[in-house]
Amino acid sequence: MERRELLKMIAAATGAAFIGNPLALAAESAQRPGTGFSADDMQLLNEIAETIIPRTDSPGAKDANIGQLMTRLVSDCYLPGEQALFRQGMQKLNEAALNQFGKAFLLLEQKHKHSLLSELNDEAYRYNKQNKVRHWELGRPGGTPDEDKALPHYFTLFKQLTLFGFFTSKPGATQVLRYVAVPGRYDGEFPYKKGDKAWAT
Amino acid sequence: MSVNEYDAIVVGSGISGGWAAKELSERGLKVLMLERGRNIEHIKDYKNAHKEAWDYPHHDVPTQQMKLDYPVLRRDYPLNESTFGMWANEKDAPYTEDKRFDWYRGYHVGGRSLLWGRQSYRFNEQDFLANAQEGIAVDWPIRYEDLAPWYDYVERFAGISGSSEGLDVLPDGQFQPPIPLNCVEKDVAARIKKAFAGTRHLIHSRCANITEPKPEQGRTNCQYRAKCWLGCPFGGYFSTQSATLPAALKTGNLTLRPFSVVSRVLYDKDKKRATGVEVIDAETNQVIEYKSKLVFLNASAFNSTWLLMNSATDVWEGGLGSSSGELGHNVMDHHFRVGASADVEGYLDKYTFGRRPAGFYIPRYRNWHKDKRDYLRGFGYQGSASRQGWQKDIREMGIGAELKAGLSEPGHWGIGMSAFGEILPYHDNRIYLNHQVKDKWGLPVLAMNVEIKQNELAMRKDMQADAMEMFEAAGLKNVKGYDSDYAPGMGIHEMGTARMGRDAKSSVLNKHNQVWDAPNVFVTDGACMTSASCVNPSLTYMALTARAAAFAVEELKRGNL
Repeated sequence: MERRELLKMIAAATGAAFIGNPLALAAESAQRPGTGFSADDMQLLNEIAETIIPRTDSPGAKDANIGQLMTRLVSDCYLPGEQALFRQGMQKLNEAALNQFGKAFLLLEQKHKHSLLSELNDEAYRYNKQNKVRHWELGRPGGTPDEDKALPHYFTLFKQLTLFGFFTSKPGATQVLRYVAVPGRYDGEFPYKKGDKAWAT
Repeated sequence: MSVNEYDAIVVGSGISGGWAAKELSERGLKVLMLERGRNIEHIKDYKNAHKEAWDYPHHDVPTQQMKLDYPVLRRDYPLNESTFGMWANEKDAPYTEDKRFDWYRGYHVGGRSLLWGRQSYRFNEQDFLANAQEGIAVDWPIRYEDLAPWYDYVERFAGISGSSEGLDVLPDGQFQPPIPLNCVEKDVAARIKKAFAGTRHLIHSRCANITEPKPEQGRTNCQYRAKCWLGCPFGGYFSTQSATLPAALKTGNLTLRPFSVVSRVLYDKDKKRATGVEVIDAETNQVIEYKSKLVFLNASAFNSTWLLMNSATDVWEGGLGSSSGELGHNVMDHHFRVGASADVEGYLDKYTFGRRPAGFYIPRYRNWHKDKRDYLRGFGYQGSASRQGWQKDIREMGIGAELKAGLSEPGHWGIGMSAFGEILPYHDNRIYLNHQVKDKWGLPVLAMNVEIKQNELAMRKDMQADAMEMFEAAGLKNVKGYDSDYAPGMGIHEMGTARMGRDAKSSVLNKHNQVWDAPNVFVTDGACMTSASCVNPSLTYMALTARAAAFAVEELKRGNL
C-alpha cells in the first residue's frame, strides 16, 4: 500500500497522523531496495502475522519480525502471479477493515483484528475448497515457473508465510517449538506427556 | 618419472573414485585423482554444516532466480539454499533431452558422496542370475560369490549400520549396530510379519551412517542432526572426504587435482592400451596431458561413458569401447515416487528424540520364491513413522492463540513408505553425444533418450497397491496410496551405458571392469552395471571398485597391462 494512502486512512480514522516524526517517516517510507515493500507494508504484515500467531507466554510473529521475512519471500521466492495476489491481498484486507470497522487494519483494536482475520480465514477455506486448492497454507512458499497451479485465496498466502516463516525462525523453532542442534542419539520411544512441545524438525 | 606421469589416473572423486584412489595408492601406486570441480576440504569447507533454517535469507527456500538458473534441479527437491552450489551448474554443463531426463550431478571433490542417500544394500545371488535366466540383455560375468568378500571389505571400512536378518533376498553383511526403529515401526513390523506369514519383512535400513565411532579414521558416530547433505563435521557418514580420501592421502602416493575436466582418454592403437588422459584446466582452459599405466573411470555413470565416447574416435567413430555397439545403451535408474501413507492410532505417550538419517526398509518379496507376477523383478520400500509436527491439519484451529497452541504440540503418528523398483536394461534406452551443443569448455554434451516401459509400469501398480495392502493389514487408518509420477533420472541412480559382460561383442567391459578394447582402462562406477537390482547401488560400486583395483595392481605386477 502507498504510504500516502495509509496516512490518509489513519488521518481519516483518528484525525491525526501519529506514527513517528516526519524525518523518520521519510526514511521509513523509503522502499527496501529491490523488494518494492515499504516500512509501512512491513508494519502491516507484522500485524497480520502477529494476529495469526500472537505473543502469548512465548514469542509471537512480531518478535520474529515475520513481516520483513514475508516481504523477502514474496519478492524473491514468489512467482509474479503470487506476488500480484499478495499485493492485492494487502489492499483487500485493508478495505475489509475499512468496510467493517471504518478503520485501517493497523488501527483496529486487537479483538477486531482477530475477528476480521478469523472471517477471512474461513472465507479462504471456502474459496480454496471451491477452487480445489489443497494444503497451500502448509507448503513451502513459492511456485515453480512451469507448474500450472491454482492460486489460493489471498489470505492463505499471509497464513502460509506466517506459519512457515515463524516456525522456521529462531524464536518459533526454539521457544514455541523445541529444537536440539546436536541430539547425539536417537530414541524411538521417547516419553511424551500432553503439553510437551513438538520438535521444530 | 616426470611430473605429468603417474602409475594410475582416477577420473572422478565420488564414491567409486575415492575407493579407486584409496585401493591403488595403498597398494603402492602413484595415483593422480582428477576432479572436474572445486575442492571441498573435510570439515573446513562445510560452510553450512552448523547453520539452521533461520540463518538462510529465505529459510532454505529456493528463490525464483535459482529456479530460473537451474531448470532441471527445480523439478524436484534438491534445489534449496542450504545445498546451493553443491549440484552441477546447468549453464556451464548442459545436456539435451530427447525425452525428459532429470540429471543431478555433483561436480566437486567428493561428488555425490556428499549428497547421497547412504542406503547400502548388497545385491543378492539372483540379481546376478536373472538376466541369463530370463533372457534379458546379457548375463553378468560375475556372481554374488565373486563380490561377497569385497562387500565384506568395503562394509567394514565404510561403516554400514544395519541388522542381520538371514534373508536370502537381502544378504547380511558386516554391520555396525542398526539405527533404531521407533515404537510404531516396531509394532507395524510385527503386524506385517504376522499378516503375511513371515514372507514380508519390515527391517532396519542399512545405512552408511555409523553408529559406533571409527577412531582410526577420525570419525565420530552419527549425531542424528539430519544434516548429512551439508557435509558432516563429525564424519558421521561415509563420504570421500570422511573416509577414502584421508586413507589415500596417508599413503603419500596420491595427488588430487581439482578443476580438471578430463576431455579424452589417450589411446595407443598399436599397443591397444590407454597411455593417459587429456585434461582441460577448468579455470584457465589450459590443455594438459597426464600419462599413466592405468586409467580408472569413476566420473559417474554417464560422464564415464561420455569420456569413452569422446576418446579414440580416430579408431572407432563411436569412441573407446563402442565396438560392441553397446556403449551409451542400456540406461537404468530406480523408479520410485509411489507408495502409501497411513495414520497410526495410539502411542500418544511416545515421541522421538533425535533426527534419524534413515528409517525402515522392506526388502523385495515379489517374484521371489513362489511368488509370480505379470512383470519381471521387484521392488523394496523405504519409509518411516513419525508424529506430525507443526505442518498438520489446522482447519479446526482458526487463527491466533488457539492455532499457535495447537501447532506447538505434536499431532498423531503417521507412517509412509515409497517403493524403489528395478528398471530393466533396454538397449534403446540410451545416451549419445550431441555435437550441436557445447559446454563451457567447448566439449560436446550428452543427449538423453530414456523411458520406462511396460514392465516398470506394471510393477508400479503393485508398488502402490502392496503398500496400501500392508498398511491395511497392519490395522492402520486412513490408508492413502500415491503415485507422484517418475521421470528417468529422478532416482539419481544412473546405471548402465558401459555394461560388463562375457564377450566383447555384446558388452563394453569384461568381468574385471576392463574395457575390452583397452584392458588398462577400468570403469567401476554405475556405468558398468549389467542390471540394476532394486536396491540402492552405491555399495555395489564400492565393492566392484575395490575388487577391480586389486586385480589391476596384480595384473600390472604380472606385466599384463
